[in-house]
Amino acid sequence: MSDLDDLYQEVILDHNKSPRNYRVIADANRKAEGYNPLCGDHVTVYVHLEDGVIRDVSFQGSGCAISKASASMMTAELKGKSEAAAEELFENVHKMLTGAADDGGEKVGKLKILSGVCKFPARVKCASLAWHTVNAALHGDNQPATTE
Amino acid sequence: MKAVSHLAESCNAAGSFDVQRVREDFPILKLKVHGKPLVYLDNGATGQKPQCVIDALNAYYSAENSNIHRGVHYLSERATAAYEAAREKIRGFINARSDKEIIFVRGTTEAINLVAQCYGRGSLRAGDEIIVSAMEHHSNIVPWQILCEQIGARLRVIPINHDGELVLEEYHRLFNSRTKLLSITHVSNALGTVVPVKEMIATAHEHGVPVLLDGAQAVPHLRIDVQDLDCDFYAFSGHKLFGPTGVGVLYGRAELLEKMPPYQGGGDMISLVTFEKTHYNVLPYKFEAGTPHIAGGIGLGAAIDYLSALNWGQIAAHEHKLLSYATERLADIDGLRIIGTAKEKAGVLSFVLENVHAHDVGTILDQEGVAVRAGHHCAMPVMQRFGVPATTRASFAFYNTIEEVDALARAIYRVRKVFG
Repeated sequence: MSDLDDLYQEVILDHNKSPRNYRVIADANRKAEGYNPLCGDHVTVYVHLEDGVIRDVSFQGSGCAISKASASMMTAELKGKSEAAAEELFENVHKMLTGAADDGGEKVGKLKILSGVCKFPARVKCASLAWHTVNAALHGDNQPATTE
Repeated sequence: MKAVSHLAESCNAAGSFDVQRVREDFPILKLKVHGKPLVYLDNGATGQKPQCVIDALNAYYSAENSNIHRGVHYLSERATAAYEAAREKIRGFINARSDKEIIFVRGTTEAINLVAQCYGRGSLRAGDEIIVSAMEHHSNIVPWQILCEQIGARLRVIPINHDGELVLEEYHRLFNSRTKLLSITHVSNALGTVVPVKEMIATAHEHGVPVLLDGAQAVPHLRIDVQDLDCDFYAFSGHKLFGPTGVGVLYGRAELLEKMPPYQGGGDMISLVTFEKTHYNVLPYKFEAGTPHIAGGIGLGAAIDYLSALNWGQIAAHEHKLLSYATERLADIDGLRIIGTAKEKAGVLSFVLENVHAHDVGTILDQEGVAVRAGHHCAMPVMQRFGVPATTRASFAFYNTIEEVDALARAIYRVRKVFG
């Protein structure tokens, strides 16, 4: 498979076309906005957190296929996870996207499909934007998250 | 220089423009990217460098390197002469009256910031108005916003129509007794629109308002004559003009420059320093504190030598052919919308593909060896105006070919295939 096919796999194209959890959560008690100042992509992540568990998580915004698919897959993956587990996943996804995972990204489950991104340095920030944003939401940061 | 005579030959007045011969002057154009020949269509971001510019940098550092305007030794005299010769070449290139009107800066951005701070803070007051347009690059918006915050002035914006042209009736209505400056682009970096600056300058001058032109995207495509345009300031970057990065030019009308305070304090910009009082140097040195980018200035001079040997009539015809052909080819692609359809355009073809973000287009094009810019082009208000988050921009230079436009079109079909 070429690098390009690796990047734009069917699953990624599908999440781009029909993003999961692309909506506002009316009773969200955590919310953060993320910007990529380099390209103008932006995303808003909504979280409903109860007893330290992510009961619901969603996103809205505009960006490329990689950022949209990454955000969509992230919401599907985070639902039902504890804050601590979400944080651990964030760390592992970040390592995988930047090519720093020593196990090639085995710890991230289905999200391994995003590992092709690390061969495209210019696109790593697209894939990590939603993750930085959810991280900011969970930490209750008031500042918008950026990829810088 | 070899490259120049070579070009002069390929640009004989009688013959047509020989693009293949010109391409031989640019070593980078022989590169392969991801196994495919490089198709460089990101000239709006920066131009490639002809061998003679690369050689000039090499020659300077190999045989002339020294600090300028101070040493009495051989090398310093050589370096000073070469740097000042470059200033004179630039003067001739834009037809300024005097080389004291040519100020070396880092680039267009610094040139505009210099005018905002030195002219703006000196001559504008609270409540005064500065006119810019809706198609400006951020570097012709933010320096004015900073100035407005500092002194309590206000920005007024000339709107653009759906083709990406300035709405001139609205422009005329913006003038009032508080209008103190007009700062607009000559050619839009995001849309390619050539702005009718000469007429607009005449209008501004009728109201006694001085004018700055952002020429970053204009200088690689149009012959610039600052006296004919009658502008008060003209800013451009060396690197978009096929010279080195880190060097650019501010042209300013001498009467205005004389009245302006210095930009930065330091060496070279003074004539006498005591702790009681410092006397500033004469133009243009008053605005050139510190050791400048000497090699860059000399390299820009070499780029201008190269460009001056070209037949600009033939270049204009060649670039016009490239842009019309590219516009036709791309308009044929399903779901492709061209952003920026002004009657007068230069060098730029911006577009969006239905259901595909510009970044994804850029990445797939790159895999085909085609280099374009994807994003908001530092012109977020333009993106807002057209209701798109980003565009893909192909921008041309005289060394691009019809075959490269075909390669661009083929690569866009590949994008369509990936995204179904």
